[in-house]
Amino acid sequence: MNSKQSVEALLAKEYRDGFVTPIDEDRVPPGLNEAVIRLISEKKGEPDWLLAWRLAAFRHWQTMVEPTWAWVHYPPIDYQAITYYSAPKRRAGTRSGDAIDPELLRTYDKLGIPLAEREALAGVAVDAVFDSVSVATTFKDRLAEEGILFCSFSEAVRSHPELVRRYLGSVVGPADNFFAALNAAVFTDGSFCYIPPKVRCPMELSTYFRINAAATGQFERTLIIADRGSQVSYLEGCTAPMRDENQLHAAVVELIAEEEARIKYSTVQNWYPGDAEGKGGIYNFVTKRGECRGARSRISWTQVETGSAITWKYPSCILRGDDSVGEFHSVALTHHHQQADTGTKMVHLGRNTRSTILAKGISAGRGQNSYRGLVKVAKGATGARNYSQCDSLLIGDTCGAHTFPYIEVKEPSARVEHEASTSKIGEDQLFYCQARGIAPEEAVSMLVNGFCKEVFRELPMEFAVEARKLLGVSLEDAIG
Amino acid sequence: MLNIDNLQVAVSGNEILHGITLHLPAGEVHALMGPNGSGKSTLACALAGKPGYQVTGGTATFRGTDLLAQLPEARARAGLFLGFQYPVELPGVSNAMLLKQAVNARRRQRGETEMDAMDFLVAVKERMAFMEMDETLLERGVNEGFSGGEKKRNEILQMLMLEPDLAILDETDSGLDIDALQVVARGINHLRSPSRAVLLITHYQRLLDHVAPDRVHVLADGRIVRSGGPELAKELEARGYGWLTGDVAGVEAR
Repeated sequence: MNSKQSVEALLAKEYRDGFVTPIDEDRVPPGLNEAVIRLISEKKGEPDWLLAWRLAAFRHWQTMVEPTWAWVHYPPIDYQAITYYSAPKRRAGTRSGDAIDPELLRTYDKLGIPLAEREALAGVAVDAVFDSVSVATTFKDRLAEEGILFCSFSEAVRSHPELVRRYLGSVVGPADNFFAALNAAVFTDGSFCYIPPKVRCPMELSTYFRINAAATGQFERTLIIADRGSQVSYLEGCTAPMRDENQLHAAVVELIAEEEARIKYSTVQNWYPGDAEGKGGIYNFVTKRGECRGARSRISWTQVETGSAITWKYPSCILRGDDSVGEFHSVALTHHHQQADTGTKMVHLGRNTRSTILAKGISAGRGQNSYRGLVKVAKGATGARNYSQCDSLLIGDTCGAHTFPYIEVKEPSARVEHEASTSKIGEDQLFYCQARGIAPEEAVSMLVNGFCKEVFRELPMEFAVEARKLLGVSLEDAIG
Repeated sequence: MLNIDNLQVAVSGNEILHGITLHLPAGEVHALMGPNGSGKSTLACALAGKPGYQVTGGTATFRGTDLLAQLPEARARAGLFLGFQYPVELPGVSNAMLLKQAVNARRRQRGETEMDAMDFLVAVKERMAFMEMDETLLERGVNEGFSGGEKKRNEILQMLMLEPDLAILDETDSGLDIDALQVVARGINHLRSPSRAVLLITHYQRLLDHVAPDRVHVLADGRIVRSGGPELAKELEARGYGWLTGDVAGVEAR
């Protein structure tokens, strides 16, 4: 592919996934109370234990206060004004279990995610989540041959309640934090994945999240379990229509890696970021955490955050198993009025646990970009090691970059290193490129890609291409 | 090729060039000499279109078209090359990447297809060998951690890849040891042809021992105070600039 032409073409575009799908919705009226939660649970035909779990989370949430420690600013959220459940209605004549609504197929085609298996992305199985529900999961049968369970969360509750019950909330508890508690109370769907012992998942698994309905929040849960000695690579993508009001996305992702298991979780987050004046956009308040439960297990997070009006997320690793490894690779970009407070937590509990943090922040326009990270080494985690590197790149002089590293070490044999740098794309660099026939927009894109390449290297190939394109689009007009 | 008439250039409101006239025909190499602060680099920057260099009067045409009306990248694509006195570093952007983008920008401008990866690699390696450069520099960030000599060789490498019609080389010889100077000179001589022109900006006679100029111009205080043949450079070497800088009347360079 000719990367240069595509970047140029993309530079001429704005947020490209901002369309609305005209589809009838089955909506619950706005507002949050026990009746709404009971209604959601009933719509999904859930067992009593799950309803009880939701209600307990809700009661706890009511006692909690929204966190204010993040370096982000927004007007108070009216939780009673949000619709907590909105699902596309099935067309007359189609029954449950029948083919997917053609309107939805068209939507995913337009997003570049064909759901018909013969056209589906080679080597990638997709669970498509549309507003509050999963509308399709591809390659389920192929995966089942390997004993891999990959389905919507709702289906997992029906078909594999014992697994869900065992692992749900075991990494991110229902009272973990304000947004996680809200999610536990009202989550509507999400993806579930179980890789049996010693199985190496033959294709990439992915969830594509789409918010379509107006004034609706999206609250999904993803639960991925890699049993002993198994391996899986998971991708997550997300987009939403352009709307003038802010919409809340409060998801929870839990990963569990048993002994010698490996999970690689990659995100390219492209929620609608709001317009150039800061109107609209998604509030992306997400809790992602993985636990390396078994010895010699490994969890690797890679995220490219280009969208959302506000990003508040800290994909983390609990390194419980001895010799387990946690990794966090991140590119976060804020442009116009976007704000990001993102980073990770690496909690070393086991012996000889290792973690690496590589965080790249890019700020342009009036964007505010904060890295916030915790490295914690518990007493007894002998030989634990961490290396953190946080680099910030500034474009223009009205943006901001901030770094908030927290280090708590209770184990004297631990080794923790932290490096940070801040640089700026200078006019001299742009002129140098111009004098070689390269336009400033291209030069910025080249410099930004250069800045991010260590992180892009961690992404699966198709995602890396996507990420590079997105950075090109997101930085449109970044230079005067 | 390049016709500059009564060009006046200001930086931050201060006029630096007070009316430069210089005609550089195809096939010739002209040396532009002069003491520090005389405005040599200002002329180079103004011709290449560096932001902040404001043309307050006069004209400059390149192959008959108004150079000053074009964006810097358009000037480059049209065949103007500026060799920088202080090449900047572009961290994370590989030398190969920059070269390829630059070469293809110029090819597109000429309506040619882009160079494929294989042809590009062959062409660049051949020129690197000619410039006695280590091939590992190709994958390094542009000028990132390069020595002074490597940076200057890299400028000439870019020039050889881009094959410009007009090369303006701003003190490419400064900070080079004698071996590197010879390599750089070889690169410049390689580019010389009846269809191309070179403006060599330099302090010293040294480079001109290896790249024989057709004309020599002396710039002092923002004016060309003397023009002559190659012998003028030798005279400057012997006598310094002092005897010329008192002469502020200015002469027309041809």
